[in-house]
Amino acid sequence: MLKHILRSLTGGPVTEAAPVPGADTLADLGARVAARSRARLGRSLSIRQVDAGSCNGCELEIHALNNPLYDLERFGIRFVASPRHADVLLVTGPVTKNMADALCRTWDATPDPKWVVACGACAIDGGVFAGSYACVGPVEAVLPVDLRIPGCPPRPVELLSGLLALLETTAAERPR
Amino acid sequence: MYGEEPLFGLLGRIGRPVDGHRPWPRFVTDRVGWRLLIEHLGGNGWSLLGLWGEAAAVHTALREDLSGDVAVVSLPCPDRRFPSLSGVRPAAIRLERMAQDLFGLVAERAVAGQSIDDRPWLDHGKWGTRHPLAAEPVITTAPGPQEQPPYRFLPAEGPGLHQIPVGPVHAGIIEPGHFRFTANGETVVRLEERLGYVHKGVEGLMRGKTPADAARIVARLSGDSTVAHAIAFARAVEAALGIEPPPRAVWLRALMAELERVANHLGDIGAICNDAAFAFMLAEMGQLREVVLRAADACFGHRLMMDRVVPGGVTPDIAESGRGRLTDLTAELRRRFAPLVAIYDGKASLNDRTVSTGIVSTGLVQRFGAGGYVGRASGRGLDARRSPGYAPYTDLDFEVPVLTEGDVNARVWIRIREVEQSLSLIDQILRRMPGVPRGPDGIVPPPVLPRLPERGGEGMALVESFRGEIMTWVRLAGDGTIDRCHPRDPSWFQWPLLEAAIEGNIVADFPLCNKSFNGSYSGQDL
Ligand code: SF4
Repeated sequence: MLKHILRSLTGGPVTEAAPVPGADTLADLGARVAARSRARLGRSLSIRQVDAGSCNGCELEIHALNNPLYDLERFGIRFVASPRHADVLLVTGPVTKNMADALCRTWDATPDPKWVVACGACAIDGGVFAGSYACVGPVEAVLPVDLRIPGCPPRPVELLSGLLALLETTAAERPR
Repeated sequence: MYGEEPLFGLLGRIGRPVDGHRPWPRFVTDRVGWRLLIEHLGGNGWSLLGLWGEAAAVHTALREDLSGDVAVVSLPCPDRRFPSLSGVRPAAIRLERMAQDLFGLVAERAVAGQSIDDRPWLDHGKWGTRHPLAAEPVITTAPGPQEQPPYRFLPAEGPGLHQIPVGPVHAGIIEPGHFRFTANGETVVRLEERLGYVHKGVEGLMRGKTPADAARIVARLSGDSTVAHAIAFARAVEAALGIEPPPRAVWLRALMAELERVANHLGDIGAICNDAAFAFMLAEMGQLREVVLRAADACFGHRLMMDRVVPGGVTPDIAESGRGRLTDLTAELRRRFAPLVAIYDGKASLNDRTVSTGIVSTGLVQRFGAGGYVGRASGRGLDARRSPGYAPYTDLDFEVPVLTEGDVNARVWIRIREVEQSLSLIDQILRRMPGVPRGPDGIVPPPVLPRLPERGGEGMALVESFRGEIMTWVRLAGDGTIDRCHPRDPSWFQWPLLEAAIEGNIVADFPLCNKSFNGSYSGQDL
């Protein structure tokens, strides 16, 4: 174990360079978020992930963001345990009818200003589950959505550039 | 004694075989035969592989573990009532509740003194319809939250007991489900799970779809087992049609399945250690998992290898550079994994949390027919790759690790050993996988059948996912579309045992126990 730590200390970080925020996600966000709260959140953005019916594929890739290679926290983005500490709800899944209530209650518990990010094909348009008796449909059928990150599941880099776009826009909105 | 009559013997006596059900037979019986079957199940050790409904019938799949014989038994029930198997196979309880929710099939008491759990399971009263897959679904208006009758949790009463409700939204990045703990101080007296929150209506969506379209749905039943579920579905469809995929596809499927197994086990080992407050392991295992996913991406164009396995074969073929990439991958993993295993083994403070925590007895895993690391950590060594076995595993060398302690530590060690076995399997597959001969036009055909025949049939498949054995049953209509498909995730038989594992442990150890099971919510919620 000591050897391992020593090697980690001398070997330099394994973390990789950050991706450039995707141009279209930025544009998508810009228009919507501008109309929202101007309150300053600071460089730090707290995310509460809500699985509203996903297949767990999206969760796997969101988890990957926390591994040392992507290391999300270096951008000041953290996943928090309670919606009461969150600025952003990162929602996955086609919003099952059995989860719709819980999703709304999580949103209600999140203090303003808040943003909703729809993560993955299911959250954006229901994906392969669209039209089921058991699904409400896309997240926007339940909550106002500020940013969409496509993919099934989105790759960690895609998630990262989406979240970076969100972060930079919220930071730019800071009142002086 | 009952147990001595072989599976096929009894079924031949109580039912008649159906034509065109492959590769194992299906017998149709009547109520008298079904009751006789229940009587025999009370005296023998046949494993329940699944139980699923249809508009006017109920089916169960059974396996005689010693001989490896597998069969499906069907009971037509036009009155939508059937004698319950749950008195002799407790793993059937939630499956019967599902059949009630989806089809309105009512399980009746079959064994003296048996009480039937008739509470809804997947149906939370929100669908706007009852029995959505029945011949005539009942349209309801979903009641508002105030009118919703509360779910009846089983009572646990006594001085000093208090309840802790958790979920459906949990603190971490995980799937939703509700856990109701009854505790005495720190000690858990009872845990009751309530699942179904991510029910997406998968079986309803598959109906009427072509096998190719349905495969995309089944690949999203549980994202972490997307390859294994896709293989099980593809094999069931191929069995129903009586066709064989190209030999190279069979090997590529196994290659993907083993990559998936390694990636998930690495992630699990890290996550379990993290829940024992040893974050170092999560960081290290997270890197190894990432290395596997990137290799999968480079070889197959998708990090989780979704939609690569299709009925009729695999598409597309592995990338040109794939073989070299994966040879390097197994070498790198061997080099980096072994020192981490040594660290796990040598950390007394970590072992203090995992050893003797969350014990599941051998008796319980046998009664519930639990497979995967949950079964194998508690002495039940079945593995679908071995028994009944399927290609190409029948040609490959591997061991199925088995331990008997049944605690969190044992479930970690099963995963460690399986990672090692899978690395060896990947090497063997890379060495022995058949190539595809170039056609006369100089083009290498992809390892997939050009088109599936459009005809009916019934098939089933047993496939070992990283989590355990998947059973998928399918019936194709005359035009080759899906008439009924039931994919049974291994989680069905593992979730109930988590309730037993946590009993007598402290509440703070629940995340650790839960992670060591890593049941799929989406897979069992369907
Ligand atoms: S978008 Fe894809 S990976 Fe994400 S939850 Fe939906 S099906 Fe699963």
